[in-house]
Amino acid sequence: MTAAIALEGIDKSFGSVHAVRGVSLAIEKGAITGIIGENGAGKSTLMSILYGLYHADAGTIRVDGQPVRMDSPHAAIAHGIGMVHQHFMLIDGFTVLENVVLGAEGGPLLAGGLAAARAELERLERDYGLAVDPDARVADLSVGEQQRVEILKVLFRGARILILDEPSAVLTPQETDRLFRILATLKARGVTIVLITHKLREIMAATDRVYVMRQGRMVAERATPDTDAEELAELMVGRKVRLQLEKAPPRRGEVRLEAGHLGLVDARGVRLLDDVSLELRAGEIVGIAGVSGNGQTELLQVLAGIRPPSTGTLTVCGRTIDARHPGDPAEMRDLGLAHVPEDRLRQGMVAAFRASETAILGYHEQPQFNRRFLLSVPAVGAHCARLMERFDVRPQVPGLRSSSFSGGNQQKLVLAREMAQEPKVLLVGQPTRGVDIGAIEFIHRELVRSRDAGCAVLAVSVELDEILSLADRILVMFAGRIVGEVEGGADERTLGLMMAGAKAAPALSGAEG
Amino acid sequence: MDDPFALLFPTAAATLRVATPLILAAMGGLFSERSGIIDVGLEGKMLMAAFFAAAVAAVTHSAWWGVAAAIAAAEVMALLHGLACITYRGNQVVSGVAINIIAAGLTIVWGNAWFQRGGQTPALDARSERLLPLFFPNAGDNILVYAALLSVPLTWWIVSRTRFGLRLRAVGEVPLAVDTAGISVPWLRYRAVLICGLFTGLAGAYIAIAQNAGFSRDMTAGQGFIALAAVIFGKWRPFPALGACLMFGLLDAVAIRLQGVRVPGVGEVPVQLIQALPYLLTVFLLAGFIGRAVAPKAIGQPYEKEH
Repeated sequence: MTAAIALEGIDKSFGSVHAVRGVSLAIEKGAITGIIGENGAGKSTLMSILYGLYHADAGTIRVDGQPVRMDSPHAAIAHGIGMVHQHFMLIDGFTVLENVVLGAEGGPLLAGGLAAARAELERLERDYGLAVDPDARVADLSVGEQQRVEILKVLFRGARILILDEPSAVLTPQETDRLFRILATLKARGVTIVLITHKLREIMAATDRVYVMRQGRMVAERATPDTDAEELAELMVGRKVRLQLEKAPPRRGEVRLEAGHLGLVDARGVRLLDDVSLELRAGEIVGIAGVSGNGQTELLQVLAGIRPPSTGTLTVCGRTIDARHPGDPAEMRDLGLAHVPEDRLRQGMVAAFRASETAILGYHEQPQFNRRFLLSVPAVGAHCARLMERFDVRPQVPGLRSSSFSGGNQQKLVLAREMAQEPKVLLVGQPTRGVDIGAIEFIHRELVRSRDAGCAVLAVSVELDEILSLADRILVMFAGRIVGEVEGGADERTLGLMMAGAKAAPALSGAEG
Repeated sequence: MDDPFALLFPTAAATLRVATPLILAAMGGLFSERSGIIDVGLEGKMLMAAFFAAAVAAVTHSAWWGVAAAIAAAEVMALLHGLACITYRGNQVVSGVAINIIAAGLTIVWGNAWFQRGGQTPALDARSERLLPLFFPNAGDNILVYAALLSVPLTWWIVSRTRFGLRLRAVGEVPLAVDTAGISVPWLRYRAVLICGLFTGLAGAYIAIAQNAGFSRDMTAGQGFIALAAVIFGKWRPFPALGACLMFGLLDAVAIRLQGVRVPGVGEVPVQLIQALPYLLTVFLLAGFIGRAVAPKAIGQPYEKEH
């Protein structure tokens, strides 16, 4: 049997970074093949090479046994390969139909092509159960629907091989389930599927065969039924990983942060936060779950004093903030509130600064870092070296540019900076976004340690697994409101329904939020 | 001044005469900007085109060679802009400003070198060297006026009803989506920029050999910027942009008529104030009267694949 796609000895470097090193793999026709690996393991680069976005420095690509040149996406499409990118390649202002035909219009005039596409979409809808209104504007669709448009785009071009890059990153659990049902249907119709992900659960649930990448190399290949999540995690990281976070029940103390009916309306009158009340006590981790873009970012900004609330009050360690008495981040820091922002590259650090400078941002006026008028370079460097030692930041070079560190090490550095202040309240946005499994384990353990030391921790994450294992209490946000509260370790389906905003109407559970 | 209808036709004709180069340049700018390439250099392209139209028409004694030379000159400038913005991914505003400065300087230098008239070209003979009115001898309705009026529905049709138009709109919003759909982003943008060159070439030719009888230094006098403003007023759509051009044209036509007129209670309106009206209006309207103008999302951003 010939493989649908065979990659042989693919090699690719970007400057001094050797992203893909002599990778070979075979993708079986009509099956779902998973490629798993940590961020930066080279999965996406490999698939971009297969799709013609990058050119390999060495190696051969075979489609149905024939060697082919993939010098552009055009070539890949011509060979029946379609890709659903992690960030959707859709034009918001266009209708579904216009997005689907872009690049395959079928003639210089649109009218004929659009009519033909409409008929073809109806056929695809019947065959694969991919229902989307062809005349809806993409901007008005839910994320799950947008992803279906991406899949339709690929199928419309007659692709027989479908590559999905981290498809579940932006979906609710229900939408993810639905996606996997669609993939199963596609597989039954003979479509070859490649699933790129770093989520072990999805690999186990959906694939027939899995390849594991680590540091640019293909380190293992397994038939999915013959392996398990623990083994795959170990293969990905290169050492034993405990997937289960161990923690004692919380010992709750006094209320450190209290939000009363917070509301936030932006300049255009859009209500971003609506009547948000919460209470954060010493010695507990409160998790905020929700699909990205439901007000979590804004809530963090308000709680950290970056944006004043439009209505309501916020009390942090005795200081009360409202619309008339706004706080500011420096004042909040002085009160003992530390904040690890969601977007570490833009808010957590200055990419062009040295690690040692990043390590004191916001605390650079403390006497220990200063001599009369100037920063004390040795003191700053020594401080950074201590943090790097304690938080296992690698490489341990305080003079290196912050942007030269991997995502996980950047996050550890930012976390180290905030935790070193022994804050009373710690706000963490997306604690492990873009962080590899090994570092995730470390960061989670540090957050729990900090909780046990009496800190009040608030963690916002779109990763449900993370919230479930980390939090003692979980608040679910939807459309700027807190729609529910559950104890830590609650079941995922309940949370998923709340995240889709279906709290009050369980009858909707089959439908899309 | 007594019979309003007696005024209507000349005013309408004057409006159209003034609006023609604005409309042509605006349609050109619309193509460029819809593809994601900011074009501050409309002015420079028009100026260069105007110079070559007049110079070549004077030398060859043919208006048509003048038009051809105008288009060629504007296309060279457009290619320069494309090279800077698309191939070399430079800053589009800087490139546009550079185009304007180059055109302002070169037209004078070449004009002096070739004709020794302080930057002016020789006055053109009305019969063969200029574009003449087609139907109404006093209205200035030469062929480019009709071309400008036709260019609007044509632009609308191309942008909204053709494959090229769909891709053009797409590349101005999410170029990466166009690339991953297997379409060349640079080629698409080059075509848009070249279409812009064609339109600005016609606009420049109109100014030098139809509206006037020869080139004089800096004769475009900011019309390229007014056209650009019209594109923005029109929210990057052809018919609203036409409306903006006609409004500017009308203001200009009225300004000419209002010179020396005494307004009761105010006295004679200063000429300078009237002449400044279109520009004042531009500032006021852009400052918020037209609501939020939503530009193509990827405008001004050079397209680079991530590395």
